[in-house]
Amino acid sequence: MAIVKNDSVIENEWVTLDDESSIPESGTNVLVSLGRFKAERDSLIARNGGLGVLLVPGDAPEDLAEDIDRFSLIAVKFPAYTDGRGYSYGRVLRERYGYAGEMRAVGDVLRDQILYMHRCGFDAYELSDDDETALEKVRAALRDMTVYYQPTGDGRATAGSLRDRRRAVLDDATS
Amino acid sequence: MYRYDDFDRQLLAERTAQFRDQVARRISGELTEDQFKPLRLMNGVYLQLHAYMLRVAVPYGTMNGEQMRKLGYIARTYDKGYGHFTTRQNIQYNWPKLNEIPDALADLATVEMHAIQTSGNCIRNTTTDQYAGAAADEIEDPRPYCELIRQWSTFHPEFTYLPRKFKIAVTGSPNDRAAVRVHDIGLRMHKNDAGETGFEVIVGGGLGRTPFVGKTVRDFIGKNDLFSYLEAILRVYNRFGRRDNKYKARIKILVHEVGVDEIRRLVEEEWSKIRDGSLRVSDDEIAQYIAQFAPPAFEELQANDPEFERRKQAHPDFAAWVRSNVIAHKQPGYAIANISLKPIGGIPGDATADQMELVGDLADQYSFGDVRVTHEQNLVLPHVKKADLFALWAELNSALLATANLGFVTDIIACPGLDYCALATARSIPLSQRISERFGDLERQYDIGELKIKISGCINACGHHHVGHIGILGLDKRGKEFYQITLGGDASQDASIGKIAGAGFSEAEVVDAIEALITRYIDIRTVGERFIDTYRRVGMDPFKEVLYGDR
Ligand code: HEM
Ligand code: SF4
Repeated sequence: MAIVKNDSVIENEWVTLDDESSIPESGTNVLVSLGRFKAERDSLIARNGGLGVLLVPGDAPEDLAEDIDRFSLIAVKFPAYTDGRGYSYGRVLRERYGYAGEMRAVGDVLRDQILYMHRCGFDAYELSDDDETALEKVRAALRDMTVYYQPTGDGRATAGSLRDRRRAVLDDATS
Repeated sequence: MYRYDDFDRQLLAERTAQFRDQVARRISGELTEDQFKPLRLMNGVYLQLHAYMLRVAVPYGTMNGEQMRKLGYIARTYDKGYGHFTTRQNIQYNWPKLNEIPDALADLATVEMHAIQTSGNCIRNTTTDQYAGAAADEIEDPRPYCELIRQWSTFHPEFTYLPRKFKIAVTGSPNDRAAVRVHDIGLRMHKNDAGETGFEVIVGGGLGRTPFVGKTVRDFIGKNDLFSYLEAILRVYNRFGRRDNKYKARIKILVHEVGVDEIRRLVEEEWSKIRDGSLRVSDDEIAQYIAQFAPPAFEELQANDPEFERRKQAHPDFAAWVRSNVIAHKQPGYAIANISLKPIGGIPGDATADQMELVGDLADQYSFGDVRVTHEQNLVLPHVKKADLFALWAELNSALLATANLGFVTDIIACPGLDYCALATARSIPLSQRISERFGDLERQYDIGELKIKISGCINACGHHHVGHIGILGLDKRGKEFYQITLGGDASQDASIGKIAGAGFSEAEVVDAIEALITRYIDIRTVGERFIDTYRRVGMDPFKEVLYGDR
């Protein structure tokens, strides 16, 4: 198991809590389910230490909107790579609610889906590989394509916007 | 016609390399078949009964002559010398070898073709009217919007792992030739009260085991807003479509289960949040795409060509072909020529390498290099001078491509069925051949008039049987093929799903049953009535009677 973020392998500094276990002392970063967050919101945001939420398919990312700046990790579970709901959650969180913290893809995260995840706002990937292989896969995946047709919130220039820019330069040159 | 620019070419080159790498990883064992499956499916590679199958995209059914010739080349080089044009305006090759597919795709890429998203649970090739840009009855050419949809949907990062496949069809004409009401999203172009052109948005149509005619979620969406609206629909579907059961995963089931009003509410709410975002397409940009599809350099011609009329007098075969296969063009002196891929007794939709190359050449010579694939599995040369029709016909005729049966009883749609398909419960090709032979006589066909027979080899309905005037579904009963007949289906603007006539027929009985239905229709039709009109007037009973008597 390795987590790749910003072109390197990172340590997991988060404790994943199930819905029954008690909340540890302040200082520890805790990752809780959306259900637990909603049930214990006040005490969770009052404690010291990082707060993260794990979204699973079927959860509503809208439920995090009010508190979006309180999270430093949102993990999104892909129980099977074929379940694409997490892509929509990623875009809604980043593009609609302006989430700026770490967004981590967990579960069945495979090399050939990483570019799509990145385009939908994910910046961290938990792969079931050793460190070196994981890093290699993420790097290769992000290099697969350099042309993108559709605008997302990822900051990449689309073919359409590059065409516009080129036309503007040409118009300038000819006017 | 749209020509790739450097961005499109770069994307395709990268995709070709990426898939070559994926195939190499499969062959080396780094990827398991399970992990490889969605990757190959995203690129049109299926595993069939006997071999892999490669499905190549023909975006919105439009090609140039060079592309058509390349399809012929692929058939000869990587297949057994033929290909199969499908109801989704694509072409399938039935015998490629997995290790050669990357080379075939590299060859296709040289003419800007590919197999991107021709399968998989993603947005598939967008289909449209095969007469786009030529039809006398269209409001506006739908292809610029189809091209914009192609780009928006190609490797859409959010919508590549949808609950199920997703098909969009567009019509620019009130006479719907694209079957938009039986697609996941159908877009029907029309004008609003202010005189602006936009689209009616129809959602949740589909065939398969539970057929539905789609429902309107919005009467009118302006062109600039179309793409954000599509994105809103897809996001709602991606989030809320069922994933627990593959047979209930299409958007039609979601629409059916939660109701079109709730779908509309969800879509409109989502759209309100993204409508002013970066998917809003400016008038400028739309104008550039319209310019890409500008009409070719038509000559100013008289509507009638005396030589053309004389040829028709002199050659009854030519006259028959003109009557059935040639359609009015919006430009005076020009015509739309349909090339039937339904020779009497032949395999619907199949074309040989030689035929494809010839059609590519004829497109260059007579039709401004423009050739189309139809969802009824035929080809079209959309812009032919009337004065050239005779020469064109003569060349088609010598290549067995001039069957004069468009829209008639032998112009049958049939899926590959049990001859190729791993999911099939019965054969469809041999049955279509026998029906074609039974009604092969052209005079008899013309007497019967427009009649659409559509055959599927299993309940997945790839052969559109639900929307055939006569639909035939092949099933399996204790190891024996039998065929269920439906009546009254229609894929046009008056779309309807056919009704099952009754118990199925054995392979030996089914052609006689079709003939009995047609004889009854001829007995009871009134002047000018097509089969479907008669059926709508009299209902099922008179037809049931000839099929089952007192049974
Ligand atoms: C030989 C390999 C093929 C396989 C494995 C296959 C598989 C399927 C399946 C499973 C469905 C049902 C989807 C659903 O209801 O959710 C379907 C529907 C359909 N397929 Fe195929 N198919 C094949 C070939 C074709 C061909 C050759 C055509 C075109 C002639 C075609 C066009 C369609 C169409 C138009 C539908 C119904 C429309 C809809 O999506 O609801 N397929 N196919
Ligand atoms: S209808 Fe059935 S038999 Fe025919 S192609 Fe589709 S899946 Fe195969």
